[in-house]
Amino acid sequence: MQAGSQDRRVELTRALRDAGVTALLAFGLFLPLIGFETQQNIRNELILTTRLPLLFTIVAIVGVGRLVYSLALDPWLKQRTMRPPQATPSAWRAPVAKWFIPFSIGFVIAYPIIVVAIKGLGGAVKWVDNFGIQILIYVMLGWGLNIVVGLAGLLDLGYVAFYAVGAYSYALLAKTFGFSFWILLPLAGLLSSFWGILLGFPVLRLRGDYLAIVTLAFGEIIRIVLINWVDLTNGYAGISGIPRPTFFGISFNANDDGFAAVFGLEFSPIYRTIFLYYLILALAFLTAFVTVRLRRLPVGRAWEALREDEIACRSLGINTTNTKLTAFAMGAMFAGFAGSFFAARQGFVSPESFTFLESATILSIVVLGGMGSQIGVAIAAIVMIGGTEIMRELDFLKQIFGSAFDPTQYRMLLFGFAMVLIMIWKPRGLISSRDPSVFLKERKSISSDLVKEGHG
Amino acid sequence: MTTPLLTVRGVKTFYGRVMALKGVDMNVNDGEIVTLIGANGAGKSTLMMTICGNPRAREGTIEFAGSDITQLPTHEIARLKLAQAPEGRRIFSRMTVLENLQMGATTGAPAEFDRDLERVLTLFPRLKQRLNQRGGTLSGGEQQMLAIARALMARPRLLLLDEPSLGLAPMIVRQIFDAIKALNAEDGLTVFLVEQNAYHALKLAHRGYVMVNGLITLSGSGRELLERPEIKQAYLEGGRA
Repeated sequence: MQAGSQDRRVELTRALRDAGVTALLAFGLFLPLIGFETQQNIRNELILTTRLPLLFTIVAIVGVGRLVYSLALDPWLKQRTMRPPQATPSAWRAPVAKWFIPFSIGFVIAYPIIVVAIKGLGGAVKWVDNFGIQILIYVMLGWGLNIVVGLAGLLDLGYVAFYAVGAYSYALLAKTFGFSFWILLPLAGLLSSFWGILLGFPVLRLRGDYLAIVTLAFGEIIRIVLINWVDLTNGYAGISGIPRPTFFGISFNANDDGFAAVFGLEFSPIYRTIFLYYLILALAFLTAFVTVRLRRLPVGRAWEALREDEIACRSLGINTTNTKLTAFAMGAMFAGFAGSFFAARQGFVSPESFTFLESATILSIVVLGGMGSQIGVAIAAIVMIGGTEIMRELDFLKQIFGSAFDPTQYRMLLFGFAMVLIMIWKPRGLISSRDPSVFLKERKSISSDLVKEGHG
Repeated sequence: MTTPLLTVRGVKTFYGRVMALKGVDMNVNDGEIVTLIGANGAGKSTLMMTICGNPRAREGTIEFAGSDITQLPTHEIARLKLAQAPEGRRIFSRMTVLENLQMGATTGAPAEFDRDLERVLTLFPRLKQRLNQRGGTLSGGEQQMLAIARALMARPRLLLLDEPSLGLAPMIVRQIFDAIKALNAEDGLTVFLVEQNAYHALKLAHRGYVMVNGLITLSGSGRELLERPEIKQAYLEGGRA
């Protein structure tokens, strides 16, 4: 009894000292960062002001946080890791895994109807557009990039370039020649995959970091060309007034021959939004379906083998050049589809939409989801893009932090935080097991944690 | 006399400016097991890789089954039914055993897949139990068996094996060498074997070559070479055996 209380006192002293050191460190770090602020006055002079209350608040938060961590959180975490791992997975997992995919497909198909039922015709536009369409575009882009990065193992940091090619192809061809969306959709995919092959040729010999740098440069080249080729692309100003897709020739406007009038409905922008939702849903499903099928064909297996070991591939008679080019071309094609859809949905494209940040977002969706996993990528896209959108909705935070507080400004901070957490908790992404594509007897999937990493 | 299946004539290979092979001549006849022994760094693996076109020979010619393969890309050489189980096995570790074997059959006819699969699984029964397991979870010996089985799935006319005994227990080595012997005797498979394990390799092989510093210094039947004092001295435990 005596020893126990003494132990606890020692622990408390240690925790207090630890918290003190942490607070001191925080003070040293934040003094120049937060403690001082420079402002320009009207004569363009720099004025140094101090923000000591803010500084001490933050230092106090850090110190108390550390104290709580070392007194409560740390022992709890240690106890958790001491516990032996459970031998059998809990019973609810199997039925959930079995019903998860059919349920999700049913949900995404029914989503606009559910939203309309809850929010009414007018209020549903925002929810279908910002959450449905926006997320699905990224799901599709994630699945497209998944072919290049997840399956073929070629790290591509310039994926958004193909998205841009698709968007500008649609924008320019539709405005100049007046072709319909349905003709230009495959054409945009074709043009993008052509650029994919064009990128593929010079980088065939590169792998890993070197490949990443070249693809990054490629993405920037496309964006800078879009900015500077003003005659064709109208530079920074972008292209506006891009024709919208039609429903078998019926456009979604308020005219007498518009969609609402033809079907005897009251005009509402929701019809176009719902149409676009199902369009991108179909495109995303197409991407998923093609990927799943390709994985079972020789070319898909060759991609996966290429990711594992290029030299072994060659010694088995696989033409690695063609295999890489097809991976680039397929990935780029789906980005092209998504790009032309994006242009058709916005009615406006500009180079602003195709910055490196977009490539990085798509890539982090693939990495966080678990490379090669379709469901993981979809979940990651919902979390990342949906998370961004939902921050616009968090008005109650303004009541806490004052009306100047804009939660979307903290998007990147939260992204980073979420990424660090996921990488600690699941270093190989949300869904890290790979389903074999061929079986003799029964399906069996093994967590990739058990397997040593393939040679990159 | 019939022409050999594989003929290597005056092959010189460079790594940058370093000459690794200094004019190698050798051949492998149909139905033979030929082994190449030599110390570390002698150029054994380089010769095997040069035959496969990576790195390419700067001088000399390599002929396989009557056609010149010196300038062909690696994957086209593989399509001529020259299969290789490369050094360090290089199996696809995240793919299952079955998928690995399927990758081996890339150049083969799909109709023959089931029969070929049956054949390699009878040869290596261990793999049969592991079919749905990932390559990376196999033991070293099983991985080597998989590497050989994967090469066999292409129905090669010539099988190149680079140090199959590397890092394996003596019993597993014996199993693998028995399998090579059976393949040669029953299926008439021609094998070119690069080995450090000179005693086992020479006992198994019909003929052998000895390589020193990028040159073939000795050749002869396996039995002959085993008897040579300089071989005993250099490769068989200093002649004490």
